[in-house]
Amino acid sequence: MATTRSEARKSEGLRTIPREGHLEMYRKMVLIRRFEEMAGKQYMQASIGGFCHLYIGQEAVAVGIISALRPDDYVMGTYREHGQILAVGSDPKAIMAELFGRETGISRGKGGSMHLFDRERNFMGGDGIVGGGLPIATGVGLAIRYRGGDQVCVCFFGDGAVNEGAFHEALNMAALWKLPVIFVCENNLYGMGTQVTRASAVPDLNRRVSGYGMESAHVDGMDLLAIRALSDDVVAECRAGRGPWFIEAKTYRYRGHSMADPATYRTKDEVEEWRVRDPISIYEKQLLGAGLITDEEIRGISAEIDAVVDESVKFAEESPFPQADALYDHVYASGE
Amino acid sequence: MPILTYREALNQALREEMRADPDVFLIGEEVAEYQGAYKVSEGLLAEFGARRVIDTPISEEAIAGAGVGAAMAGLKPVVEMMTVNFSLLALDQIVNHAAKYYYMSGGQYNVPMVMRAPTGVGLQLGAQHSQNFESWFVHVPGLKVVLPATPADAKGLLKSAIRDPDPVIFLEHELIYLSKGEVPAEDYAVPLGVADVKREGADVTIITYSRMTLFALKAAERLAERGISAEVVDLRTLRPLDIDTVVESVRKTHRAVVCEEDWPMCGMAAEVIAQIQTEAFDDLDAPILRVSGVDVPMPYAKNLEKMAVPGEEDVYQACLRVTEGHRD
Repeated sequence: MATTRSEARKSEGLRTIPREGHLEMYRKMVLIRRFEEMAGKQYMQASIGGFCHLYIGQEAVAVGIISALRPDDYVMGTYREHGQILAVGSDPKAIMAELFGRETGISRGKGGSMHLFDRERNFMGGDGIVGGGLPIATGVGLAIRYRGGDQVCVCFFGDGAVNEGAFHEALNMAALWKLPVIFVCENNLYGMGTQVTRASAVPDLNRRVSGYGMESAHVDGMDLLAIRALSDDVVAECRAGRGPWFIEAKTYRYRGHSMADPATYRTKDEVEEWRVRDPISIYEKQLLGAGLITDEEIRGISAEIDAVVDESVKFAEESPFPQADALYDHVYASGE
Repeated sequence: MPILTYREALNQALREEMRADPDVFLIGEEVAEYQGAYKVSEGLLAEFGARRVIDTPISEEAIAGAGVGAAMAGLKPVVEMMTVNFSLLALDQIVNHAAKYYYMSGGQYNVPMVMRAPTGVGLQLGAQHSQNFESWFVHVPGLKVVLPATPADAKGLLKSAIRDPDPVIFLEHELIYLSKGEVPAEDYAVPLGVADVKREGADVTIITYSRMTLFALKAAERLAERGISAEVVDLRTLRPLDIDTVVESVRKTHRAVVCEEDWPMCGMAAEVIAQIQTEAFDDLDAPILRVSGVDVPMPYAKNLEKMAVPGEEDVYQACLRVTEGHRD
């Protein structure tokens, strides 16, 4: 239902969204792509430790949905959240510094790649547990309703999460109480190395949620304008008290599950098929076709973003590691 | 001072904190219409309405997660688990989320949530409904763990737990909900992390918490008849642990018996004993003894269950052993 309406409206976006809005979304997608390429490079050089899950290929999902939000809305991320936190507008310098484990990191070097937080922007983290964020997002939805607010909470997760018990408990609870939560499944076809068809008895994820009496829609996760149009509708519905919603965005990660994964479980042809439908290229062509951007502006944005990413690395490299006494800080808010 | 049951004292604490702070709410299975599986929330739905006293589906992980999310969004949820046994289904939310957010966000998101649950063994409830898990929670930095033994402590500690900015695991012993005690009429709170000397003595220190405190006090009376003066230290809060009060007492009595209803392996008593020997080894006149539950899943048969559950006699005997040679 909403899918059809959003499909019709998707090309409208080129007319209805102001040019500056388009440029902002385009910039964010390019920023995420370049930031992630740099993060991969820095990981290979051992500047970044731990696990590092790159968002390359999925940029349209975070940018399309988050651009439909207000600053007072909430976002719950996954461990593949670099793109999500960049989309809410957090400082790339502080994010890179966090990946480097520095004192100036967005989580003061205590979180790392999987645990990026920005309370000022209501970004509630990077969660390293598959499905762990869904009950929490439900609680945020409960808090919004408790206070009589009209914010929404967007909760990202992957296709792997739909087989966790937490997914089903949270969806049932959110639907039972009609909470303003938008559950966004970034279906990149693989839960780590396992194809969704090898993990889900019913691979059509919309059907998995139909039993909860919740509105749901699926969208092409490589098509920014389609995602944005759907998000505008869904956010409005949830603000008006007609939540929750479930969105399945079919997308693809070009890289492995993490930097440690060579992704031998899928063919080069498959990756190439998806790369042809690159979300940034698709959007770029749409913008050029509508006369909303020029080749010169594209080159300008590219150079501008490269500078931002280089600056983030420089900032991270020059930042100190946390002081030794930081080890014991922030165990308890009461200071004990 | 008014005499209240442990359950009434808990109910008062919830009621008073909900009156005082509109951000405090109660959520859990059967807390509203049914008025609590153990009736701790009796009358709260009538006073505060369904917005603040929230019945949930049987979904422990989502209940705990909803508490975590609401707390991160600035509210002060009191999450009730019907019993501590079912909280195992919510461990990911408690251990990987509630306990971690303040640290891994670099101090951005604290989780001011209380998870209340009845705990304890007995009543022939069998292996899955008759256990204690405080040592699991105590193991986790980021959590605070409270187990009150008396009505006055139950009320005062629950009030502090609700006002606390961190996640607090609050375990109520289900066999003492009807126990009675004096509870101050005026507004008061008992601070977290402070042990209480429930009885002063000179010959041996009994260190314990929750229902075992009541057994320890009875054992101390019997010991007095034998001329042994036992001091009873009720830990009340297991994390943060008030080891100073424990050590101060052991330095005075030179003997210690640490009692828990829980299983012995990696339990609270083991931790307390380790800390005493580090802090006060030279003050000890005898090895520290431990009284624990028997190291088996809880049997159903009444006679077997009785053998598995530690009580007053076990505390009494351990004190006799540790003071042997000291007497007469």
